[in-house]
Amino acid sequence: MRLAIKLAIRNLIGAGLRTWLNVIVLSFSFVVIIWIKGVMAGWDHQAKKDMSDFEIGSGQYWHSGYDPYDPFSLLDNHAPVPEGFRAGVAEGSIEPELIVQGTLYPGGRLQSVIIRGIDPDQKILKIPTGKLDAATDAIPAVIGSIMAKNLKASAGDRIMLRWRDAHGTFDATDIVIEGIFSSNVPSAEAGQIYIPLERLRKMMSMPGEATLFTFSSSFSPETAPEGWVLRTRKELTSSIDEMIKMKSTGQSILYGVLLLLAMLAIFDTQVLSIFRRQKEIGTYIALGYTRHQVVGLFTVEGTMYAVLAAILSAAYGLPFLTWQARAGWSIPIDTSEFGIAMAKTLYPVYSAGLVVTTVLAVMIVTAVVSYWPSRRIAKMSPTDALRGKLQ
Amino acid sequence: MENGLVIETKKLVKKFPVGKGEFIALNGIDLKIGKGEFAGLIGPSGSGKTTLLNIIGSLDMPSSGEAVVLDRPVSTLSSREAASLRKESIGFIFQSYNLLAVHTVFENVEFPLLLLNYNSADRRKMVNDALSWVGLSDKTRSKPPQLSGGECQRVAIARAMVKKPSLVLADEPTANLDAANSHNILTTMETLNRELGTTFLFATHDEKVISYLKRKIFLVDGRIDRDEVKQNQNGEK
Ligand SMILES: Nc1ncnc2c1ncn2[C@@H]1O[C@H](COP(=O)(O)OP(=O)(O)OP(=O)(O)O)[C@@H](O)[C@H]1O
Ligand SMILES: [Mg+2]
Repeated sequence: MRLAIKLAIRNLIGAGLRTWLNVIVLSFSFVVIIWIKGVMAGWDHQAKKDMSDFEIGSGQYWHSGYDPYDPFSLLDNHAPVPEGFRAGVAEGSIEPELIVQGTLYPGGRLQSVIIRGIDPDQKILKIPTGKLDAATDAIPAVIGSIMAKNLKASAGDRIMLRWRDAHGTFDATDIVIEGIFSSNVPSAEAGQIYIPLERLRKMMSMPGEATLFTFSSSFSPETAPEGWVLRTRKELTSSIDEMIKMKSTGQSILYGVLLLLAMLAIFDTQVLSIFRRQKEIGTYIALGYTRHQVVGLFTVEGTMYAVLAAILSAAYGLPFLTWQARAGWSIPIDTSEFGIAMAKTLYPVYSAGLVVTTVLAVMIVTAVVSYWPSRRIAKMSPTDALRGKLQ
Repeated sequence: MENGLVIETKKLVKKFPVGKGEFIALNGIDLKIGKGEFAGLIGPSGSGKTTLLNIIGSLDMPSSGEAVVLDRPVSTLSSREAASLRKESIGFIFQSYNLLAVHTVFENVEFPLLLLNYNSADRRKMVNDALSWVGLSDKTRSKPPQLSGGECQRVAIARAMVKKPSLVLADEPTANLDAANSHNILTTMETLNRELGTTFLFATHDEKVISYLKRKIFLVDGRIDRDEVKQNQNGEK
């Protein structure tokens, strides 16, 4: 094997330009695959972090009847803060949220919204709830930038809000936009308004009640109290994994094509090389190789392209990939329209596993592609090979 | 070698399929070559010289009959056994040199020793010895494309001789060389034959080669036509 590698390296270096073309194409696929996969992993990581920061903290307890996809059920699914959470709520490691449905009337239009009552002093989410502490006759509210765009509203605007309280009575008053935040988390922004929790409880005649609780990393989740369900961060972010998986399929096609090109180049080189080097093959056999050993020699030689490519990739890919990880990749289009959790700048994350599996997978594919045409050698007659007269 | 024979062929026949029929390239060759001989197969083009050499070198199989080389019947060898016979005991010299172009002179000559797993100190010594036999000690770092034809053939001889094989098979070794180079190479091989006792079997129709041979085996149409042993001063074969 060591001899085969030594021979392969000499032959490849001797072959010159063709070798380097193959190596460059292959190393390009290496870097692109690792980069794209890194971007996807970075996106996944970022999206989960944003979701934690703006929506779910380290996890949540939901009222057992709470269904975020059924706004009409909100009025029936809320309950007083359970005994077990009181201490946590007092120290701020777990925050109650009351969630109801309402309707906004921006500029004479009508838009139904989810009203989230949240403690202005909470520190778990990065939503600027501090701004809800404003002294105003109207209801202070903060909204996300997606919502602001939809409402064509800016800070200081007043909009009429109508809601139905616990007794089924309709009421209406103005909200005033005290703050607008940007989160990259569509579900925390689109159709959501945040107002002070106590204010909402009063409006709804639901004193001391909550729909869900969001807890911080300092809170150690235990079995949920009667009537409440624990939703872990993993569960709540699983939709992101699914989204990334879906997006990744498209990318796989891109690097599949890249890899295919590299493999075609290597396959072509192997076929040509076996044809042109018949005399050399015959010589190896005359010197004491079996034909199968020569097949092995050519397979190793082909596989060396992947090894050289990995080395070359490390030379220019490492600086590029580290720079990308630090500077991030700015998406050249406006992503807020996508309705998916995506930051403007993605910071690729490369795991050792990602690099190792990519290099290994490419190496195995290269070995197979090198072996395939080399099998012909095993069927050659040594005397014909020596004469170099095979077709 | 039980009977002192390096090569013994018995009723050796080689047929090649040609179109629907077959062509008989060797037609019942009975030949004995002893240790230390300096013999040549002589005959016109197409007489079967290369074919016979290939079978003796275990690169090809007889159609019938047998070729026993160093006590091993070629037709019974597996490809692995044939490879190790060539690796250990046979050196080949080809008309077109067949050097590995991307390797240096040193590496070309070293190659058979790598296959035999010699350590690097032994390899260096043996390669340097072999290169000094052929007078190429100053070209170890050159690559074959930089050498003249005569130099290439001398590298090929060094490669064939470096492992001190029992048998060297040389197929038209001078066909691409001028007279001066031919004589130079033949003298080298003659010396190696004398000093190391290596058996040489040539295939040739070159007069220069023929004049050096101690035994001339004339082939015509796949048959041995004449077998002449040159008598030297000592009267031995
Ligand atoms: N693989 C093959 N298939 C068919 N015929 C072959 C094959 N190899 C050799 N022959 C035929 O066998 C005969 C002997 O060939 P061989 O190469 O042994 O001749 P040679 O004596 O070495 O000739 P030369 O001096 O031209 O090298 C030739 O007629 C050749 O055409
Ligand atoms: Mg011939």
